[in-house]
Amino acid sequence: MTPEDGRIIPAEAQANASRVKQKVIDCDVHHALRSGRDLLPYMATRWHAHLEEFGRRRPVPFIASSPYPKTAPALSRTDSWPPNGGPPGSDLAFLQEQLLDRYNIEYGMLHLLMSGMDERNQDFGNATCSAINDWQYENWTQKDQRLKAAIVVPGEDPPAAVREIARWAGNPDFAQVSMVTHAIEPLGRRRYWPIYEAAQAHNLPIGLHSSGNNGHAVTGTGWCGFYVEEQHNVALSQQQLAISLVCEGVFERFPKLKAVIIEAGYVWVPSVAWRLDQHYKRMHREMPHLTRKPSDYFRSHLWYSSQPADEPERPEDLRTVLDWIGWDRLLFSTDYPHWDMDNPEQAFKLRLSEAEQKMIYNENARAVYGLA
Amino acid sequence: MPRHVVAPVADIPPGTRKIVTIRGREIGIFNLAGEFFALLNRCPHQGAELCRGTLVGLATSPEPGVFELSRRGEMLKCPWHGWEYDIRTGQSWCDPNDTKVRAYPVTVEPGETLAKGPFVAETFPVAVEQDYVVVDV
Ligand code: FES
Repeated sequence: MTPEDGRIIPAEAQANASRVKQKVIDCDVHHALRSGRDLLPYMATRWHAHLEEFGRRRPVPFIASSPYPKTAPALSRTDSWPPNGGPPGSDLAFLQEQLLDRYNIEYGMLHLLMSGMDERNQDFGNATCSAINDWQYENWTQKDQRLKAAIVVPGEDPPAAVREIARWAGNPDFAQVSMVTHAIEPLGRRRYWPIYEAAQAHNLPIGLHSSGNNGHAVTGTGWCGFYVEEQHNVALSQQQLAISLVCEGVFERFPKLKAVIIEAGYVWVPSVAWRLDQHYKRMHREMPHLTRKPSDYFRSHLWYSSQPADEPERPEDLRTVLDWIGWDRLLFSTDYPHWDMDNPEQAFKLRLSEAEQKMIYNENARAVYGLA
Repeated sequence: MPRHVVAPVADIPPGTRKIVTIRGREIGIFNLAGEFFALLNRCPHQGAELCRGTLVGLATSPEPGVFELSRRGEMLKCPWHGWEYDIRTGQSWCDPNDTKVRAYPVTVEPGETLAKGPFVAETFPVAVEQDYVVVDV
């Protein structure tokens, strides 16, 4: 890294002189509710009273906060608080200015970090998921066609989840189905299969952004002491999720299903897949339902979002990793407005050819999500 | 290096900062208990507007369980990924040898001297009875 030469380029010129020439499809954008009350207009009055009397109850002791203090308020860049008030990500105009317009974003895939899936009162959880989808549609995707929502489903109640998928499938504003990843069981388990069946039938990928609470520490090794640990353990939990989907045979039963692992990086993929292949050679009798070696599923059914960008001492090492995973697997994402967001112009210290840039920043996502 | 008069000293009280644009560059001017420092407003990591970051101290520890906070307000923490820079030198805490934000020399000059030139004060008149912050860019 060299010291800056002191040249400041105005934002407009910088957008034109961007190292990334083509338009960007950002696979992880966080919009936010100004408050939980934003959902009330989309919920039956019965739930208004419920929210007042009981509130949201997730299976964690942390009702109004998270199990770990995040490094920045609202988990966000300190410069991302909208000038008109509200938390980061809650103001469409400011999100357009700071992200969509500034970085030449063609499409932004929305992921709300809140769901009804981990609500303990299941009917309230179902109503919450439906309300989130209505809220996203009216206030975000209909107001800016660059934004594409995920159908938020109450995955612990699969029939309700399937109904919610059917309610939105075919609507071009919704590009995928999303579930919380810290669920009651690992998401490869059969209780969740009706959801995969519906997603496959409607040709919708499953977008799995680390989220939700199930009462456990983020990994099975117990409650860690530092946010630094938790920040990485989140990626480990996403690895467990990918392993569960592969080993349970989800992709055997639903051979057209696509799953996108979001916000876990991607450098871990080869080592996890190699290890599983090794086990498979020795213990395949335990999983005769798999007709291919585990690594094949990692390279044909799973996609990975890029953020948080790995920054190895030798950036070229990333090339070896991507050669193995497949250049068609990686989807660029910023994670705006969160504090660990990646700037499309500077996240890759690895020198990419124009063709490679096109794939990672645009074409791979276009193919997975079937975007026009 | 032309010398630019950026503000009367009274405009940037101790503990505060001012971001100015000089010849197309955004530069943050910091007042640390009466001493002035100037840094380019762009983080070398991924390009955030560094000078809008939080001023923090240096957290160090001689052994687990013991910690010290020193140099309060002298480290600038990037609004994005939180890399910290020493306001006095522009050096990065995590990679002091190779990562540095561009720092510019700053002096305080009496208006009387400035009246003689050659200085550039683009946006406001310089009065002889005041002191001014001057940056070499
Ligand atoms: S842009 Fe400043 S720390 Fe990353």
